[in-house]
Amino acid sequence: MKQNFYIFNSGRLKRQENTIFFEKEDGSRSVIPIENTESIYAFGEIDFNTKLFNYLAQKGIAVHIFNYYGFYSGSYYPRETLNSGQLLVKQVNHYTNRNKRITLARAFIESASFNILKNLRYYNNRGKDLGGVINTIEGYSSQIASSDSVDGLMGIEGNIRNAYYKAWPTIIDQEIEFERRVKQPPDNMVNALISYLNSLVYTTCLGEIYHTQLNPLISFLHEPGERRFSLSLDLAEVFKPIFSDRIIFTILNRQQISEKDFMTEVNFCYLNEKGRKTVIKEYDEKLKTIITHKKLDRQVSYRHLIRLECYKLVKHLIGEQEYEGFKIWW
Amino acid sequence: MDDAITHIRFTGTEINYYFLCRKKLWYFSHYIQMEQNSDAVYLGKLIHENSYEREKKEIDIDDTIRIDFISKDRVIHEVKKSDKVEEPHIWQLKYYIWYLKQKGVEGITGKINYPKLRKTQDVYLETGDDEKIEAILKEIRDITGASTPPSADKRKICKNCGYGELCWI
Ligand code: SF4
Repeated sequence: MKQNFYIFNSGRLKRQENTIFFEKEDGSRSVIPIENTESIYAFGEIDFNTKLFNYLAQKGIAVHIFNYYGFYSGSYYPRETLNSGQLLVKQVNHYTNRNKRITLARAFIESASFNILKNLRYYNNRGKDLGGVINTIEGYSSQIASSDSVDGLMGIEGNIRNAYYKAWPTIIDQEIEFERRVKQPPDNMVNALISYLNSLVYTTCLGEIYHTQLNPLISFLHEPGERRFSLSLDLAEVFKPIFSDRIIFTILNRQQISEKDFMTEVNFCYLNEKGRKTVIKEYDEKLKTIITHKKLDRQVSYRHLIRLECYKLVKHLIGEQEYEGFKIWW
Repeated sequence: MDDAITHIRFTGTEINYYFLCRKKLWYFSHYIQMEQNSDAVYLGKLIHENSYEREKKEIDIDDTIRIDFISKDRVIHEVKKSDKVEEPHIWQLKYYIWYLKQKGVEGITGKINYPKLRKTQDVYLETGDDEKIEAILKEIRDITGASTPPSADKRKICKNCGYGELCWI
């Protein structure tokens, strides 16, 4: 499996002949094994040149850029090589046709809420009293099937997330002040973790879409244009509970992350470098975790589950098999 | 000959896939192509580049058939990395000969080179082959023209097929 490459230092990313290396400010160099690299995550102050980007395009490697605060700013998404005009037409058609769009939007929310409930049940079985919120969310979930507008679905989604977040102080053993989701900029530790991890999930989804014929600009649950690569947002919805949320619960409950891993500037809250490294390490391990896929009857990594999700979407779009969002089975 | 058939242009790969698997043919013809397992691609390239260094390589005709090389004695060659002689390869080459015949190029024969096997296989357009090829082309047209891919059963070849995950997920 190809690896992600994370750069925290400042310096320069360079191509020389057929190798890419990172040159730190002190002049020391490390080589990036290009044939084995999936994406590059740039957290430091880094200089790039076009020669490098040309090479990365040739190798199909994306670069995800984060600012000083660890806030995702954007991706270099190389020219696509796997194009299918026919599939693109179908993808657009599934967006413009109201019924077709809602079918897909529902599937995304259905599996997202299934995966959220799975998280809650896990902790409920471990002695946290979450019965109430489970009931509430099951109630919301039962409205998904009959909701006939994307706005309505987004409303249900919002209700589910609100109820879910209210349960977080019960799930998390550390003393946290977390009442609601505040995005940009995050106002406390938990919000900072959510923002950071969600952006990682988003970039992973983007990377997997890149390896398929799907067009990342056309989405179904989210409005195209909400973010440039909005299809990534749709897919991330399904995987956030499994990737982001579970990591947050684990690292906080294991005390791997605490107040000292954050920097607070006028009420905004960001992970500091050490905090980011801890989270990335967990995230990277999560991506590499292997499970046996029931339907394919073989071993796949968590990250590969996203690619398989893309294939399922392709099959839905060409009318071969109806899409059913990923539901965690373990 | 059916008029419509003269206008269809299928690539050698499509002829090949017709014999291998119709589902694969459908996906491929709809530009749903899978990222290749890089090792296999690399090996293919290596065999191509090193095996027949001296000959002029890859002649593209009408964007439809791509002949690996043609030797002076009017033999078209196809290089395959496979370790056994396979039926689809033979038909792919018969199709090339047929295709050239349609364009008025007569007296062509074919040779498949299997560098891994250190073996070659001669290919001729035999009596009855014209009709067979026309029938195959019609079938390919029907398969690729369908709005959804044909259903398939899992077979032994699925194990090494690049479309496996798309197919069985
Ligand atoms: S996996 Fe099997 S059925 Fe599917 S395309 Fe490949 S050979 Fe055909």
